Amino acid sequence: MSKHTLTPRQYLILGLVAVCAPLGDTCLSRGMTHMPAISLVAPGALIAAVFTPWISIGIALLIGFFASYLTALSWADLTFVLPATAFGNVIVALLSRFWLHEQISLARWAGILLITVGVGFIAQGPSLTERPAPQPETEEVETR
Amino acid sequence: MTVPFFQVQPGVWTATAMIAAIVLSSTAGEVLTAAAMKSLGDLDKIRAHSGVKGAIRAVLTCPLFFAGVFFLALAFFALLFALNHLNLSLVAPASASLTLVTNAIAGKIFLKENVDRRRWAAAAFVCVGVYLLAH
Repeated sequence: MSKHTLTPRQYLILGLVAVCAPLGDTCLSRGMTHMPAISLVAPGALIAAVFTPWISIGIALLIGFFASYLTALSWADLTFVLPATAFGNVIVALLSRFWLHEQISLARWAGILLITVGVGFIAQGPSLTERPAPQPETEEVETR
Repeated sequence: MTVPFFQVQPGVWTATAMIAAIVLSSTAGEVLTAAAMKSLGDLDKIRAHSGVKGAIRAVLTCPLFFAGVFFLALAFFALLFALNHLNLSLVAPASASLTLVTNAIAGKIFLKENVDRRRWAAAAFVCVGVYLLAH
């Protein structure tokens, strides 16, 4: 695997990273916007927020994201994984258009196009930086 | 029906500080986590050899992983705090876009990743794309 191409299973893991993160963030947002303003003087309210339903669902999705993300980082570069998983934003936008029938502005279509092109760029390249194999420690033997 | 509390939107500098806190802590966390996972090797192979418990043990005995999780937790609470004061349409695209760029820089400097023109272009395209998508 000199070019570090991905297997279907590895693409599936990248897909999980892509889908769980934006869905989790959306749940967190829904939970936090319906809470009273939290001040830095009373940070305990942030901890209490963790146990509300939307935040809990968001955290569960983000745990799924984190497990897949760690696995992806073990066989691919950070600068490969992050742009690749940004494709999740496109999935959420397309779901909102065709499932929730929300209107998508021209700027958003442009955003979808740019992310798709960006992901296409890195998907064509290697997923991992080639590093020289570590040299075995051998005593220098002078040949005379 | 739950009525959301009316909140006064913070000033530009306060909003910038909130987003910067998310971006910096998130970048530190992601770089440390990536370094930890690279030091362990392919988790799929570890799981195939030692099972799920072995893979979890390998991750949980790596000190770099906990340093990464600390900064990611910091980023998480910074995000919760920012979402409580700012609109999602500002926080999500700004932090996501900027984190892509800072991670590309940090990946090149600290992880010695080969960030070639293709990856810089991808980071730039996705950065602008995320901004346009969520703006």
